[in-house]
Amino acid sequence: MEYEAIIGLEVHAQLLTESKIFCGCSTKYGSPPNSQTCPVCLGMPGVLPVLNKKAVEYTIKMVLAVEGRVKEKSVFARKNYFYPDLPKGYQISQYDQPLACGGFIEIDLPDGRKKKIKITRIHLEEDAGKSMHIENEDTKTLMDMNRCGIPLIEIVSQPDLSSPEEAYLYLGKLKQILMYLRICAGNMEEGNLRCDANVSVRPKGEKGFGTSTEVKNMNSFKGVEKALEYEIQKQIRILESGGKIEHETLLWDEKKEKVFSMRAKEESHDYRYFPEPDLVRLVINQGWIEKIRKTMPELPDQRENRFIKEYNLPEYDAGVLTSSKDLADWYEEGLKYYPNPKILSNWVMGEVLRELKERRVEIRDLRMKPKDLAELLKLIDDKTISGKIAKDVFKEMAETGLLMHTQKKAEEIVKKKGLVQVTDKAQIEIVVGKVLSENQGSVKEYLAGKKKLFGFFVGEVMKKAKGKANPKMVNEILKEKLKIGDA
Amino acid sequence: MKLNQLKATELKELLKKKEVSSLEIVSSVFKEIKCKDKDMNSFITLIEEDAKKSAEKIDQKIARGEKLGSLAGIPVAIKDNICVKGNFCTCGSKILEIFVSPYDATVVEWLKKEDAVIIGKTNMDEFAMGSSNENSYFGPAKNPYDLKRIPGGSSGGSSACVASDMTILALGSDTGGSVRQPASLCGVVGLKPTYGLVSRYGLVAFASSLDQIGCLTKDVKDCAMLLSVIAGYDRRDSTSINFEKKDYTKFLEDGLKDINIGIPEEYFEKGLDKEVREAVLNGVKMLEKQGLKTFEVSMPHTDRAIATYYVLCTAEVSSNLARYDGAKYGFRPEGESDLASMYERTRSEGFGDEVKRRIILGTYVLSAGYYEAYYAKAQKVRTFIKEDFDQAFKKVDLLITPTSSTTAFKLKEKIDDPLTMYLSDIYTTSANLAGIPAISVPCGKDSKGLPIGLQIMGPPLSEELILRIGYFLERSLSSRSSIPKGA
Ligand SMILES: [Zn+2]
Repeated sequence: MEYEAIIGLEVHAQLLTESKIFCGCSTKYGSPPNSQTCPVCLGMPGVLPVLNKKAVEYTIKMVLAVEGRVKEKSVFARKNYFYPDLPKGYQISQYDQPLACGGFIEIDLPDGRKKKIKITRIHLEEDAGKSMHIENEDTKTLMDMNRCGIPLIEIVSQPDLSSPEEAYLYLGKLKQILMYLRICAGNMEEGNLRCDANVSVRPKGEKGFGTSTEVKNMNSFKGVEKALEYEIQKQIRILESGGKIEHETLLWDEKKEKVFSMRAKEESHDYRYFPEPDLVRLVINQGWIEKIRKTMPELPDQRENRFIKEYNLPEYDAGVLTSSKDLADWYEEGLKYYPNPKILSNWVMGEVLRELKERRVEIRDLRMKPKDLAELLKLIDDKTISGKIAKDVFKEMAETGLLMHTQKKAEEIVKKKGLVQVTDKAQIEIVVGKVLSENQGSVKEYLAGKKKLFGFFVGEVMKKAKGKANPKMVNEILKEKLKIGDA
Repeated sequence: MKLNQLKATELKELLKKKEVSSLEIVSSVFKEIKCKDKDMNSFITLIEEDAKKSAEKIDQKIARGEKLGSLAGIPVAIKDNICVKGNFCTCGSKILEIFVSPYDATVVEWLKKEDAVIIGKTNMDEFAMGSSNENSYFGPAKNPYDLKRIPGGSSGGSSACVASDMTILALGSDTGGSVRQPASLCGVVGLKPTYGLVSRYGLVAFASSLDQIGCLTKDVKDCAMLLSVIAGYDRRDSTSINFEKKDYTKFLEDGLKDINIGIPEEYFEKGLDKEVREAVLNGVKMLEKQGLKTFEVSMPHTDRAIATYYVLCTAEVSSNLARYDGAKYGFRPEGESDLASMYERTRSEGFGDEVKRRIILGTYVLSAGYYEAYYAKAQKVRTFIKEDFDQAFKKVDLLITPTSSTTAFKLKEKIDDPLTMYLSDIYTTSANLAGIPAISVPCGKDSKGLPIGLQIMGPPLSEELILRIGYFLERSLSSRSSIPKGA
């Protein structure tokens, strides 16, 4: 029997506000443990929360980006459970009256189709601290509360995803939007983007839902895809062998590439939600929403479409260039100095992205600026250097820029290394003459009809010229000389 | 007369005239404490050294002719659930026996700004849960009128030390009557302000939606003076009312013309001690003599107040007290290596019976399947109780009732019967549920010589009015030995 998967994702994204959601502590990543805490986020007796307006603003941005509905009135609620990383014994979250509901995220399927994944709700809550288990010192557990109280938004999708690949694409798109909005660092490995999934399977064509399991602890994009694939196959195996799926919470083990049962749903927590009495109802008026709407940046889909229309780029190019806001910004900056969109696109998608990948860095880490690339491309256009040499120059520019933190301009490199193309006809003719006289046997064969040898002559000329000869001129001169021989 | 027997207003005059020093006042208070508190047990912590140091500083200020705060040099005792930086804040509990607060509550900060002298932390029922002070881990405070009797609770230490001249002013907290009932039983003035008028920041939460810091003083004028300092908008408390600060002593002598008084019949029914009833009605007569009109009003939901109160307050308790888990501060038993048993033993051994009873009750009323039947329903009844008051205040300006159905009972008399104990708050909880201000002023003594309190309740933010009525009654009734004056 053929099965299809039904997947819904719950994504938690840490907001990039400067201070925490209910106190003034900094949210900076990577500070010494517990250095960013105060009585409020430590849950000391007598403290009270005060809501960070910026966190609400960022949440509203996300809601607007997915075309969801911001509710005029929403309520914070306490989610009660005991754990040492939760200093108050409850998490301030939202329950039956979330900040927003509705909306969708559109993903591009590999076959070219687009699919809308509906959003159930988006709400605002506080992050918990971090436990650090020290294995060697007889099971000591230490707590770091720097993370405790960092604002989180939870984005819950409807079970509209039908394969691990779709889940991967959805998550990627979500991250792209968050980063375009500049409200989340979007790094799953650092934990500022986290994902849980509800998974079930059913025979293809059936309408009802099967029993679902919840998969947690997927700490990378690839991990999400692998964990879901694993869980789906496991569920299918169980059903095929006549078994029943049990409600349970599973943890993905990235190293073993397996899921493990954390707890059965039957013994799941009763969180005893109730309205947070220390906060008043959150009221968001239309005026505020409109004000935020005016500050919304161009979103990935809008930008992709504009690139296609305005720059006449193929859909593929537009998609790659707008995959991150930084890359798209870099590209458009380059266009200011080199207004040939397709050639610039080829270089950005080719050399620039390859460079980033090899060095495992982000575009913002690249010391080479768009203007520098533009200048390099201009050197090709005015025939100062060939395209092939330009690639070497690019490498050097990227390297010196990255490693020595000094950006060498293309022209500088070209001059210093004597890479300036030879375009003097007489000079090239001398080289061509040398090559032909040194290879008289080949010349005879060529004249006898072995035309393939033309490439060999070009290669020899270029070798002698150390690659600096203008290829077009080499071709022309060679043809001319060989014709003479012909006659 | 000894300095500690005077009122704040009188001491302020003497200081102004430089007839006494702040150090003399503070010393007189500590002398009294040393003489009496072994038997009275009003204080859990004394802050003698710091108090004397600040008194000296104020005396230097006086000597230099500097501007003084409105409570300069006046001793204030603080209930031990309000944080004073660098001092123990035990909440009358073993679980916080060793907890030192790292910050000042807003009210404490404001008292210090007005040059008041904090002299110590007063005894209380554990986490303010109780009506007799017998739930204190540190043993009960005693009633100065009869050491075999309870001072009332939960602010029993505060009311007793004011009544016995061991302080000049005191702060308490009132969640269901915890300022007014002990004030009534100890023959002092006790005010619970409108919910949100006084910041709760730094008041260790018992039931957040009901808690309010209040004043315990020797007379109404002192009460108005203390309220003027502690009332005001605080951005650290999201439930704080954005309301202009004012001097409440200014309105005390305004006339009593055109004020209508409501007598809610439900507060004078069975269960009310005959002598208490007579004393309160005698107070009403005094007002009638002044030309005030009295009306019988009905508050039909009065008999639901106690049940509603105990559902809501226990729900909030179960969540507010979750943070005392042994992980971060306070009591933790030795020798536990796993998390569950650390929690279990910390909370079993750290909390007293009444606190545990309420945590269990509260956990129950919030649990899945019972929420609607208890918590949600109690919230509905709470709005009915509020509506009772809204209706009444359409007809009358304020309501007069007894504060407590009896005078001070004997130690151990009710401790094994929680339900009877809960009824001690029968006349006071409604004001907390409705969020309205209420004051208890002494109105005579019963045949055993025990003080009786009369409660005045008004609409939200009517503190000026109820203080003015209280001020008049106090002068007419002269129930406290040191009170007769003028009238
Ligand atoms: Zn903090």
